[in-house]
Amino acid sequence: MNIYVLLKQTFDTEERIVITNGEISDDGVKYVINPYDEYAVEEALRQKEQHGGTVIVLSVGPERSAEALRTALAMGADEAVLIMDARIPADEFSVSRVLAAYLGKQSPDLILGGNFSVDSGGGQIAVRISRLLGLPHVSSIIKLDISGMNAEVQRDSEGDTETVQVSLPALFTAQQGLNEPRYPSLPGIMKAKKKPFQTLSLDDLGLDDTEIAPKTRRLSLALPPARKAGQIMKGDLAEQAAQLVQLLRTDAKLI
Amino acid sequence: MSHAYVVVAEVRAGALRQVTLEALHAVSLLKEEGDSAAAVLIGSQITPLASELAEYLDGEVHVLDHPALENYNAEAYFEALTQVLGTLNPHTVVFGHTAIGRDLAPMVAAHLNAGQISDITAIQNTGTTASFTRPIYAGKAFEQKQFTDGPRVITIRPNNIPTAAKAANPATIVETEYSPAVDLKSVIKDVVRKTSGKVDLTEAKFVVSGGRGVKSAEGFKPLEELADVLGGAVGASRGACDAGYCDYAMQIGQTGKVVTPEIYIACGISGAIQHLAGMSQSRVIIAINKDPEAPIFKVADYGIVGDLFEVVPLLTKEFREILVSS
Repeated sequence: MNIYVLLKQTFDTEERIVITNGEISDDGVKYVINPYDEYAVEEALRQKEQHGGTVIVLSVGPERSAEALRTALAMGADEAVLIMDARIPADEFSVSRVLAAYLGKQSPDLILGGNFSVDSGGGQIAVRISRLLGLPHVSSIIKLDISGMNAEVQRDSEGDTETVQVSLPALFTAQQGLNEPRYPSLPGIMKAKKKPFQTLSLDDLGLDDTEIAPKTRRLSLALPPARKAGQIMKGDLAEQAAQLVQLLRTDAKLI
Repeated sequence: MSHAYVVVAEVRAGALRQVTLEALHAVSLLKEEGDSAAAVLIGSQITPLASELAEYLDGEVHVLDHPALENYNAEAYFEALTQVLGTLNPHTVVFGHTAIGRDLAPMVAAHLNAGQISDITAIQNTGTTASFTRPIYAGKAFEQKQFTDGPRVITIRPNNIPTAAKAANPATIVETEYSPAVDLKSVIKDVVRKTSGKVDLTEAKFVVSGGRGVKSAEGFKPLEELADVLGGAVGASRGACDAGYCDYAMQIGQTGKVVTPEIYIACGISGAIQHLAGMSQSRVIIAINKDPEAPIFKVADYGIVGDLFEVVPLLTKEFREILVSS
């Protein structure tokens, strides 16, 4: 089975955001595999362990993204592909077209991605790719069982669980609860260094920048207004509870 | 030139979702003189809801009512929706940023070769250009975006944009014939509604949330009672989910859901950065924690230092009394 995993490198979720000169500062930031994509990598490895095949991890991003791909190789993925080109705009229309141009030339049986990325949070790219490739997809999955060329998945829909049967090839996006990602092992890290790692440009994909011209652009960036520490209630707990509910009624007028 | 605005309406538990009325308001913020508005309602036995929806917009309500559309299926809904969009030639398609909207919108965007701006919390329209505010890093920062080219697809975050007022002239209802495709590659086998009768976390006006301090699945009981009294929903921190006290569907934070209720009550949550990202845009934050040094108090409007198992039942009692008397 040919398994492709869409992966993005993101800030660690414990990072604070600092804006310098209108841009998000990456000074001293710790990067990770987008947590939802990490579930996708883990699921790809588990499916390979059960059914055999190859796991190829794929990313569009700057040079530093190679580190996230190396981590996925160390977890057990077989090959990595980094599409790196300064002409690729940070717009979901553009990035999905780049990825679809690559995937359209492969023969994927299974494509896995994260439900959304914890940085830009648009949640568009994987689903767009399924349409561009004409493949069925199920998003936000919490269980994946494959038998032959059929998959039975469970999808989380705002807390409800839907069971869906899909024929492969298909694309799925991972939700929390799908699995518990493994840590790269020391031998895994050593082996990762020798695994195939391809770096591609737009030219390699036969794309020119007019085909991926962005549809949206960012005008500005701001931090949310800082919240001030409020009022700590006093007295015994029963008094505090009464005082709080009273304040919600009189001050905040929310009750 | 006249532009067509289309809202993709949503039904939940037999009723129109509030976010659909918010999407209609978004259209009224964007629409110019001479533009048209339409809503598309997809489902089974939903025709009565179409008349209700029609009261909120001056335009057309397109209805695709078929037993095969009872449960959401990405392929079937996409086929049904694009059938109508093909005739409307939309300039802007508006979805709620919900389980269905998040899934359908990128499909439609790819189909229309359109740009998409997701998870919008505010709209600014100067008449010549519209810009859209959306959170990034789950609300640790906000960006303003603009379309450089059409058509446009947007998803709006529930609870942030006001709901539409009733229209002077109700919309015309247009029933569209739907014949289920025979060659669908995906089939819905089963739907387990774990949340029936409950308020959705992202749409809830009141959220009571538990962290590691709840100590067990049982520990969520008092939080559920408080949420029931308030007519709200129960959420959780990553700590509580990772510890197995609750379902990941309840997780609030940078991984998980972002909520913006009127009142957020954090019980036994220390306030890790990744959790704060998911709730710090709530209107009023209340923190209950044994540790007076917990970072959650730095963002809370009101705090009670104490054991949640003592405090939460006291609050439930107070709220119940005040809500009954009012």
